[in-house]
Amino acid sequence: MRKKFNLIMSRFDDLEMKRLLFFNFAFLILNSFGFAQQTSIEDAPQMADSFRADGKIYVVVLVLSVVFACLATYLIIIDRKISKLERRIAETKLNNKIAEVK
Amino acid sequence: MIKNWWWKIGAIALVLYSIAMGFLGNVPRLNILNETIRNLYFHVPLWFAMLVQMGISWVFALMYLNGYKIKYDILSSRAAYVGGMFALPGVITGSIWATYTWGKPWVADDPKLQGVMAAMIVYFVYYLLRALIPDAQTKARISAVYNIFAFIMTFVFIMIYPRLAPNSLHPGNGGNPAFGKYDMDNMMRLVFYPACIGWILMSVWLLTVLNRMKKLQYNLDNDEEEI
Repeated sequence: MRKKFNLIMSRFDDLEMKRLLFFNFAFLILNSFGFAQQTSIEDAPQMADSFRADGKIYVVVLVLSVVFACLATYLIIIDRKISKLERRIAETKLNNKIAEVK
Repeated sequence: MIKNWWWKIGAIALVLYSIAMGFLGNVPRLNILNETIRNLYFHVPLWFAMLVQMGISWVFALMYLNGYKIKYDILSSRAAYVGGMFALPGVITGSIWATYTWGKPWVADDPKLQGVMAAMIVYFVYYLLRALIPDAQTKARISAVYNIFAFIMTFVFIMIYPRLAPNSLHPGNGGNPAFGKYDMDNMMRLVFYPACIGWILMSVWLLTVLNRMKKLQYNLDNDEEEI
């Protein structure tokens, strides 16, 4: 193994040659990083990134929140109306009973 | 002031939080699903709320049969109606989501959809039974007995059958990994669980409102006994 390595390296004995080799490898590695990045961007599933970056997503959140808040408020109002009705009916029944006793 | 306001306000807050964080929070980048994965925060809680309502309906059907108190029948039937009201948007939102991710609105060979279809027919028969029987006590007894069968069948159709089926498009069914595996990360859980709790509380609130309304109606119609 060692012998084989020495044999290969002896061919690049020249300093110039070694430098070239180093730059070549560096280029290859850098290049592979570059390609890796590029392919990952192309392969990544499309998301609404620019929509989010524009800040327009806040408009959607606001609209939906308002819709839900209105419906919830309506439910609160109905809840209170039923409470009032319950009280009124209880009072009426009580008054009727008092009238019967009298 | 509304009765027991704190958990009702809590329900509204949780749902509002899920709406805000549902759109602003980070979600995993997945093919085909893309941004539609956010539907998880709105579509799935509807089904959980529906199941909880049907469960409440079942429990009060049992309680009605143990003593024949009409107030339990009112509560049981209202819960079944609220459950149906949550199942309807559940189906519609599911269809919309499926159109853009699975290619068509109703994938007939998906076991979850078949189960939901069967469960909806079961409850449709329940509503029909209640609509067709005029006498209150007979209606209450027959529908309560039917309800015991209905909820168990619904649970089997929606929760068990799709998991036994060989394949399903829904996560967690037919050998598909559940939410926990890769569809949902921890960031999504922070929104999904509050959304579920919020929508379940909203459905319970709706149930109490409908229940009180029906009780008032009953007390007005029947002068003798107060419930």
